[in-house]
Amino acid sequence: MSLMTPEIRPSVIARVNPVAKLAVALLISCALMLSIDWVSAAVALALEAVLLAWCGLSARQFWLRTAPVWIAAPFAVLTTVLYGQDSGAVLFSAGFVSVTEGSVALALAIGLRILAIGIPGIVLLATTDPTDLGDGLAQVLRLPARFVLGALAGLRLVGMFIDDWHSLALARRARGVGDGGGLRGRARRFGGLAFALLVLSVRRGSKLATAMEARGFGSDIPRTWARESVFGVRDGLVVAIGAVIAATAITAAILAGTWHFVLA
Amino acid sequence: MTGARVTASGWGWRHAGRARPAVSGLDLDIRPGERVLVLGPSGAGKSTLMHALAGVLGDDEDGDETGELLVDGRRPSASRGRVGLVLQDPDSQVVLARVGDDVAFGCENLAVPRAEIWPRVGQALADVGLDLPLRHPTSALSGGQKQRLALAGVLAMRPGLVLLDEPTANLDPEGVVEVRDAVLRSVEASGATLIVIEHRVAVWQHVVDRIIVLDPAGGVLADGPTDTVLSAEGERLAAAGVWIPRFPPSPPERRDRSEVPAAEVLLRAEGLVVGRVPFARKRAVAVAGDLDLTLESGTATALTGPNGTGKSTLALTLAGLLAPAGGHLAAADALAAGLGPAPHRWRSRDLLERVGTVFQDPEHQFLAGTVRGELAIGPRALGLGGAAQTELVDALLHRLRLDHLADANPFTLSGGEKRRLSVATVLATRPRLLVLDEPTFGQDSRTWAELVRLLAELLDTGTAVLAVTHDEQFVSALADARLTLVPGPAPAGGPGVATGSVSAGRVATGRVNAGLRQRTGTEPS
Amino acid sequence: MHASLNTLSSHTPTSSTSRKPRVLKWRVVDIVVASVIGVASGVIFWAWGLAWSPLSALLAFTPGLEGLLAGGWLFAGVLGGLIIRKPGAAVYTEVVAAVVSMLIGTQWGFSTLIWGVVEGLGAEIVLALFFYANWRLGVALLAGAGAGVAVGLLDTTFTSYAALDIGYKAVYFVSAVVSGTVLAGLLSWLAVRGLARTGALSRFAAGRESGPADRALSQPAQ
Repeated sequence: MSLMTPEIRPSVIARVNPVAKLAVALLISCALMLSIDWVSAAVALALEAVLLAWCGLSARQFWLRTAPVWIAAPFAVLTTVLYGQDSGAVLFSAGFVSVTEGSVALALAIGLRILAIGIPGIVLLATTDPTDLGDGLAQVLRLPARFVLGALAGLRLVGMFIDDWHSLALARRARGVGDGGGLRGRARRFGGLAFALLVLSVRRGSKLATAMEARGFGSDIPRTWARESVFGVRDGLVVAIGAVIAATAITAAILAGTWHFVLA
Repeated sequence: MTGARVTASGWGWRHAGRARPAVSGLDLDIRPGERVLVLGPSGAGKSTLMHALAGVLGDDEDGDETGELLVDGRRPSASRGRVGLVLQDPDSQVVLARVGDDVAFGCENLAVPRAEIWPRVGQALADVGLDLPLRHPTSALSGGQKQRLALAGVLAMRPGLVLLDEPTANLDPEGVVEVRDAVLRSVEASGATLIVIEHRVAVWQHVVDRIIVLDPAGGVLADGPTDTVLSAEGERLAAAGVWIPRFPPSPPERRDRSEVPAAEVLLRAEGLVVGRVPFARKRAVAVAGDLDLTLESGTATALTGPNGTGKSTLALTLAGLLAPAGGHLAAADALAAGLGPAPHRWRSRDLLERVGTVFQDPEHQFLAGTVRGELAIGPRALGLGGAAQTELVDALLHRLRLDHLADANPFTLSGGEKRRLSVATVLATRPRLLVLDEPTFGQDSRTWAELVRLLAELLDTGTAVLAVTHDEQFVSALADARLTLVPGPAPAGGPGVATGSVSAGRVATGRVNAGLRQRTGTEPS
Repeated sequence: MHASLNTLSSHTPTSSTSRKPRVLKWRVVDIVVASVIGVASGVIFWAWGLAWSPLSALLAFTPGLEGLLAGGWLFAGVLGGLIIRKPGAAVYTEVVAAVVSMLIGTQWGFSTLIWGVVEGLGAEIVLALFFYANWRLGVALLAGAGAGVAVGLLDTTFTSYAALDIGYKAVYFVSAVVSGTVLAGLLSWLAVRGLARTGALSRFAAGRESGPADRALSQPAQ
């Protein structure tokens, strides 16, 4: 497994059209972003948790992939508790810091929101093969094929990064600059490595562009597709489920009176 | 499908930003179904010609064209799909992540109906001998397999003209034969015209009917049937760096045994197990195990064996860049010079004076913006400053004939120059042990001879050399001992661990100079 | 997504010193290299996102200073724009980077994509204002600043920063713009210069301007 190409286990979710999955992630994210309140986030999260059973990821993969979310949420909660907009009774105050009932409620909302937005996005896309995603974008959404395929090719090239990184690091040790210099030295080495990787990938990219052109890519002839990307009833159903989750969350928040439109 | 006809009249191309044209005044007529080998010294514009025939040189933004170059009477850019091009670097030609998808890519671009695509894919894969499932990941292929995959992708387009630009340069001998046979099979079956650029004539001699030699000064130097051109131009081509079987490069001159400093043990391995630590794990996965090896000063050891047996891993471990996965590896005092016996624990600055490593891909080692800066890195890390540093760098530049490139960026050098530079950077700190990973990969015969001569000089002054190599000629020319890794039995559910055996004694064959040194107990052959 | 503003180009061979008319349609090599830069940046974005949580907590002594980290997500667009030099380059590269970081997994989910589009537009608008003709350091810095403005506005309206007091929001906005100018503008410009010197950009205008002619360029452009 590499960073770019996850191991996709055959499951119900994996067979759903990637565009449908994108649509679900979009619906939920947009709906939840419109307001910062704990009700909408909690309702959405609860509904998502129910559906996780069908997500097609093993437990280990799930926790590994959603780790960024689980790390980020507590930090955001902490920041908001200490520095968020104040309202209601003051619980604690010192200098910049002021903890109030309002900021605590806000922090809770922010935390739940991060989980509710982040988890479905990660889960849905972790079960998607990049080539299938490209097919979906180009065939279903009719995005320009040249750009979609170019991006796919770039994705594959960069997947080779990790081996290159290791080789470059070893080479630096062999040249006498692999260690030492403390923090500044480490930062400089990191920068040097990153730049070297950039050079290598741009060169490879140019060569790959030549190879792709030699295979007829980039001309004005409308191309055919060897793999068909179909948006069928099942996919429509999945999008509908996403819409239902989004709508339920919003409705619940409005009914509970906690809906707080961001742009207001 | 019939072969394509190629005609050129007074054709030339100048890349944007360069002063002189890459090709000029070229006149050609290649008949459908012919098989041609294009030769010439580097700089003769062979690659440019290939790219032009494939229609991928670019438009006005990329350069200027003179004269006319036609494929089947039309400009190449108008007949994409009629021409297929396979390039040198296996990694830069794979477009998609699955084998079947990658082969189908060309057909998709040519608007072949879906019902016809997959049968073509199957046929193409069979033609090149890649017996893999369509969903097999392309990242798991070897170099030879990737080149065959690129060829399959080209063949699926059913081209009339197949162009190969040094397709076997980055492959081991096995891969070379695989690709050559695949090309032969498919071209015979389809009747397509074939044009190959390669500097190893022996590989393609019996596949092609005609040889064209390009002249760097413009036009064509020689053009005719294989045997005629080889006998007429063979010697001149060999001098220019082409590998002609009848004119192999001469072996290096070696000093007399008595003039060479006595051998001392530098590095000793007993029951050594080497392996790599996979991403995000703690323990190394063993690749080769139970190896016994002694490296002595003034001797060259060749590390050979098929792909996947861990030769590179072993070389890097002996060079102190990777930690051993097991067993015992100890540097003798002659090498360690006051440090502990484990090379992988030395600081990288200490490593500089003791072990020098030359990587397979020179570009992985480049750190500076100019050749001079590149050479100065080692001495500077050792604390050598000012005048002494400049003197050292100048001497090295001169020794490796890189003077005229002192201010150029290392990435802009040619393949042979990059290789010389990477060897030069290692020499700047005068290490006692030199470890090289595939030093002669893809080199023309001139660079090869230079490298061998340089290594022979180093050996005669007491440096030890360890080289991972597939190149039998290299082994014959230099090696005193040879460690061959053999794939081990694979236990259920896991990769096997390779084992190795050392054959000592003189392995040099071929022409031998009278003044060659002799080892006690071994006859020069 | 690409402007087919094909200016008429002459077909007669011209000398090396005359200026060629600009072509604004994307070539295959433009698309692939922009994608490569986008994907590589996307990986860095993802790693930056991981480091962001602890780093922002460190900076949280003055809330809003986390804006200084915003530039780490803005450089893809400026870098792509400076190299490709065609309309849409900044947006495309930034969007690809955002999609890739989203694919690997971030806490911001799908909003990463929306942010990517707007951030890319922030840089693109600046480049368009200069008619895609001026590529000097000043423009690069301004493009970075433009992206910073975009992300500053977005973050202070839609994310948890909207929950901060107005004073802190202003701090965030200003630090985002500064971060964009330095991390996205300056760093990208330096990276392009470094890349050009290695000869990796030989197929782009960015690789062919200024600097001494490289005597070692004896191989055909690969």
